Amino acid sequence: MIEQDLPDQDVADRDVLETDQPLLIAAGLGKSYGRIAACRDVSFSLYPGEVLAIVGESGSGKSTLLQLLSGQLAASAGHVSYRMRDGVTRDLATLGEAERRFLFRTDWGFVHQDPAQGLRMAVSAGANVGERLMAVGWNHYGRIRDTASDWLTRVEIDVARIDDAPRTYSGGMRQRLQIARNLVTEPRLVFMDEPTGGLDVSVQARLLDLLRSLVAELNLAVVIVTHDLAVARLLSHRVMVMKGGRVIETGLTDQVLDDPREPYTQLLVSSILPP
Amino acid sequence: MYVAVKGGERAIENAHRLLANARRGDQSVADITLDQISEQLGLAVDRVMSEGSLYDRELAALAIKQARGDLIEAIFLVRAFRATLPRFGASEPVDTGAMRVQRRVSSTFKDIPGGQILGPTFDYTHRLLDPSLAEGFVPEAPATAEASTAPTPRVTDILGRDGLIEPSPQAEDGAGVGDLTREPLNFPANRDLRLQNLARGDEGFLLAMGYSTQRGYGRNHPFAGEIRFGEVEVEFAAEDVGFAVPLGSIELTECQMVNQFKGSATEAPCFTRGYGLAFGQSERKTMSMALVDRALRARELGEEAIAPAQDEEFVMSHSDNVQATGFVEHLKLPHYVDFQSELGLLRKLRKEFAEANAPDAMKEAAE
Amino acid sequence: MNAPAYNFAYLDEQTKRMIRRAILKAIAIPGYQVPFASREMPMPYGWGTGGVQVTAAILGPQDVLKVIDQGSDDTTNAISIRKFFARTAGVATTTATDEATVIQTRHRIPETALHENQVLVYQVPIPEPLRFLEPRETETRRMHALAEYGLMHVKLYEDIARFGHIATAYAYPVKVNARYVMDPSPTPKFDNPKMDNCPALQLFGAGREKRIYAIPPYTQVVSLDFEDHPFEPYRFNAPCALCAAENSYLDEIVTDDKGGRMFVCSDTDYCESRQAAGHHGSQSAAPYKEKAQGGSHD
Ligand SMILES: Nc1ncnc2c1ncn2[C@@H]1O[C@H](COP(=O)(O)OP(=O)(O)OP(=O)(O)O)[C@@H](O)[C@H]1O
Ligand SMILES: [Mg+2]
Ligand SMILES: [Zn+2]
Repeated sequence: MIEQDLPDQDVADRDVLETDQPLLIAAGLGKSYGRIAACRDVSFSLYPGEVLAIVGESGSGKSTLLQLLSGQLAASAGHVSYRMRDGVTRDLATLGEAERRFLFRTDWGFVHQDPAQGLRMAVSAGANVGERLMAVGWNHYGRIRDTASDWLTRVEIDVARIDDAPRTYSGGMRQRLQIARNLVTEPRLVFMDEPTGGLDVSVQARLLDLLRSLVAELNLAVVIVTHDLAVARLLSHRVMVMKGGRVIETGLTDQVLDDPREPYTQLLVSSILPP
Repeated sequence: MYVAVKGGERAIENAHRLLANARRGDQSVADITLDQISEQLGLAVDRVMSEGSLYDRELAALAIKQARGDLIEAIFLVRAFRATLPRFGASEPVDTGAMRVQRRVSSTFKDIPGGQILGPTFDYTHRLLDPSLAEGFVPEAPATAEASTAPTPRVTDILGRDGLIEPSPQAEDGAGVGDLTREPLNFPANRDLRLQNLARGDEGFLLAMGYSTQRGYGRNHPFAGEIRFGEVEVEFAAEDVGFAVPLGSIELTECQMVNQFKGSATEAPCFTRGYGLAFGQSERKTMSMALVDRALRARELGEEAIAPAQDEEFVMSHSDNVQATGFVEHLKLPHYVDFQSELGLLRKLRKEFAEANAPDAMKEAAE
Repeated sequence: MNAPAYNFAYLDEQTKRMIRRAILKAIAIPGYQVPFASREMPMPYGWGTGGVQVTAAILGPQDVLKVIDQGSDDTTNAISIRKFFARTAGVATTTATDEATVIQTRHRIPETALHENQVLVYQVPIPEPLRFLEPRETETRRMHALAEYGLMHVKLYEDIARFGHIATAYAYPVKVNARYVMDPSPTPKFDNPKMDNCPALQLFGAGREKRIYAIPPYTQVVSLDFEDHPFEPYRFNAPCALCAAENSYLDEIVTDDKGGRMFVCSDTDYCESRQAAGHHGSQSAAPYKEKAQGGSHD
C-alpha cells in the first residue's frame, strides 16, 4: 500500500488476544501547567487492534492525555513508547522531528473534534484524502484518485463529490472525510478526540456504526476520548475513567460500565441510560 | 513587415532629462535650498533620517529635493547611500535619561520630577488653515526662561524603582548588537532586531498596526508612560583609545508605553513595556512603534497571538516601505514572457471548456 | 557633504565576500535557499537587486556581461542594469549569448545552449516555491528541511482534477538533485528543460527576500509531475515570424486593433543571429540596428 519504507503489516498478528506485544505504552505520564496538574501518573499499554476509551468530565485531562500520547505535547513526567513497523519499540521523546512527522502521516491518524482542524478546507475532497499518499511518494494521479474514490465510498460519501471542497460538505460528511483522510495510509493506531461531538444524534449513530466496522475491518488500535459513555460502550474494548487529571478506574468496558467500583464512575454511569 | 521596438537606451535618457525638468519646475520660481528644506520642512527630514536609518540632515534634505518631496523615494535614496558606508562599530547606548528635553509628556502621572514640558507641538493647535503663513510670516519670539537644571528621570525608571514595571531586558554580556542590514534575518527574531525593523519601518504601516491593537486586534491596554524629545550625546568606545569618545549630539524622540500584564504562577503581576525610538521629532512614529513592539511580545509574555500586529513574520516582513514599494512597483516592469505563458494556458483551457460544453449536435457535426 | 565613492562593481569587498560565501554554500547544497544579508541597492527591490548583487559579487574585470529581461537585451530594465555595471565595473558588455561569461536574466533562459565557462544569474522575486501554499517562512523552512513536499503535489493534483492537466505555465516547480524543491523564478515552463544537466553554473538571487540558491553545472533538475500526467513543455503552433525558428519561445505582438497578432522570438539575440544567418520568417525585414549616435528613430 505505501510505496516508501513501510513493510506490510503481519496479517497473522491481527487478532487482539494473540498479539502479545503492546503497540503503545504510557509510563508515569504527567503534564502540569504552572500549578495545574492537567494529567498525572498515567500508565497503561495498548495492544494492536484494541480500542481504549478515555472518559471523564470536562477538564479532567482527557485531551491533554491524548496530546501527550500522540507526541504533540511534551510531557512534564513519564514516557510514551511506540512499537514501530519494524518491530522496535521506541521512546517518542527520542524520535527526531522527521521521524515523528513521518509516523504521524503514515502509521498514525488523528481525528479532531472539529474537522476544520484536520482537513484542508479549501482543497478538494480527493486531494484531502490523497495528500498522505503523495506525502509518502505516490506519484500516479490515476491511482491516487482511485484510492481516494475508494475511500470516499468506504466512508459513505458520494464519489461524485470528490472534486468538491469540504467547505461545501455537511458536518457529518466532513467528519467522515476526515476519517478517510486518516485511514488512507492504513495506520495501525488512530487517536480520536470527541469524533462525534457537535453532531446531531442520528448523524452520530451513523458515524459510530461506520467507525465500528472500519476499526474491526482494519484491526485498528484506537485511543478515543469521549465524555459520552454510549460512545465508549459501542466502540471500545477497555475504558479508562479520568478525574482531576488522574485515572481513577480502568477495565473492560462492560465491566466498568455495568459494575463500576468507584463512586465517581457510578455517578457517571448513572447519568446515562443503560444500553 | 515588422520591426522590433528598439531604442530603449535613448528613451531612458530622455525620460531622465524630463524628470530633471519636472523636478525643477517653473524656473522663474526660486530653486529651493537644502537649508530651507532642513529648516522649514524639518519633520519631513526627521522621517527620512529615521526610516532611511541615517542621521544626516543635509543628505536627507538633498534626498527630499531629489525625490521631489516623495518621502519614500527620499528614504530609498538615503538607504542606498547608507548601504555603501563603511562600518566602524556600534556606539555606546545613548542615555535618553540624560536627554536635554525640549518636550516631555506623560499621561500616567500628573506631576513628574522635572515637570511636563509641552514644547513645540501641534497638540492643542486648532487645525485651521492659516493664510498668514502663505508669505513672509514672522513668528513672535518664543517665551524664554532660565534653563532648568532639575533632572528629568524617565517615568518608567520611577515605576521600575518600585518593581511595578518589568525591568528593561538587559543584553547579555558580550552580546553584539544585531543588525538586520548586515545579517540575514531569521524567525523568530530577537527584540533588538524587531526594534531595528520597526525603527526603519514605514510610519503609515506602523500607525495602522498600532491603531489596530487599540481597536481590539491584539489589545494590550497601553498608557503613554512618557514621550520625550530632545538632544542626546552619542559616544563611541574606540578600542585603541580605551575610553568613550563623544561623537556629537543628535535629536531623538522616545516613547515608552506602559501596558497591563496579569502575571503568572511564577511571576508577580507588573506592568510591561512597549518601546519606540526615532530620529528627530517623530511622535506618531514612536508611539505606533511602541504599541507594535508590545504587541509583538505576545508570545514572550504568554499571551495568545492571533492579531496581525502580534504576528512577527507578518509585521517584520511587510513594514519596510523601500521593500514594499519596490515590489509593488515592479509590476510596471515587462512581464511579457510570463503573461504569454498564462495567455497560452488560458486559451487552451477555454478551448477545452468550449469543447466539453458544446451541445452534442455540434460535437457530432464537428466530427 | 559626504560625496559617495564606489568600489569596483559597486559593492564593497566585504559585502562581496559575504555574498560569495552564500553562493558557495548554495552551490554545495543545490536548490537550498541560503539566507544572505541583502544590501540596499541603488535600484528598487523587486527590480533585480538580488541578481545584481550576485553579479556584482562574481564579476571580474575580464568578464563579458550580457543582461536580458524577457529574453531581450533591449528592454528598459536590462539596459539599466547593463549600464550600471558598465559604469561601476567598466566590464565589457555584449548581447551575444555565446560571447558572454556572465548573463544576468529576468524571466528567460537564452535559446542558445550555454557552455561551461558561463554563469547564468537569475533575478528572483519570490524564491519560495511553497509560499503560496504556506505563507509562513518558519513553516516552509521546516518543510524543506524534512523534505515534506506532499503539499506541492496537492496543488498539482488540484490542477488536474479541475482542468484535466497541470495548469502552471511559469515558475513551474522543480526538484534539484533529487532533494530540494525549487522555484526556477518566473521563467516560462518552456525553459525548464534547459536547467537540467546544464553545463553552465546557474545562480539565483532574491534581494528583497534575501535568499541565494544555485544549480551547479551538470545537476539533475526535474520538473514536478505525475507519472500519468508528465511535465509537458509549452509548444507554439507556428514558427517565429521573423526567423522561422521552430523551437524558440515566442512573444505575441499585437499588430492592430482588429485581432491582428504575430509571434516572434522573445530571445532577440537568437532571432537576430538566425536572421543574419539567412533564416527568414513570414514577416521578416532587415533587423533594425540602433544607431550608435544621434539615431532618429526614438
Ligand atoms: N494550555 C493550557 N494551559 C493551562 N492549562 C491548561 C491548558 N490546557 C489544558 N489546561 C488545563 O488542564 C486541565 C485538563 O484539560 P483538558 O483539555 O485535558 O480537559 P478535557 O478532559 O479534555 O476536557 P473537555 O472534556 O472539556 O474537553 C484543565 O484544568 C485545563 O484547564
Ligand atoms: Mg477535551
Ligand atoms: Zn525568431
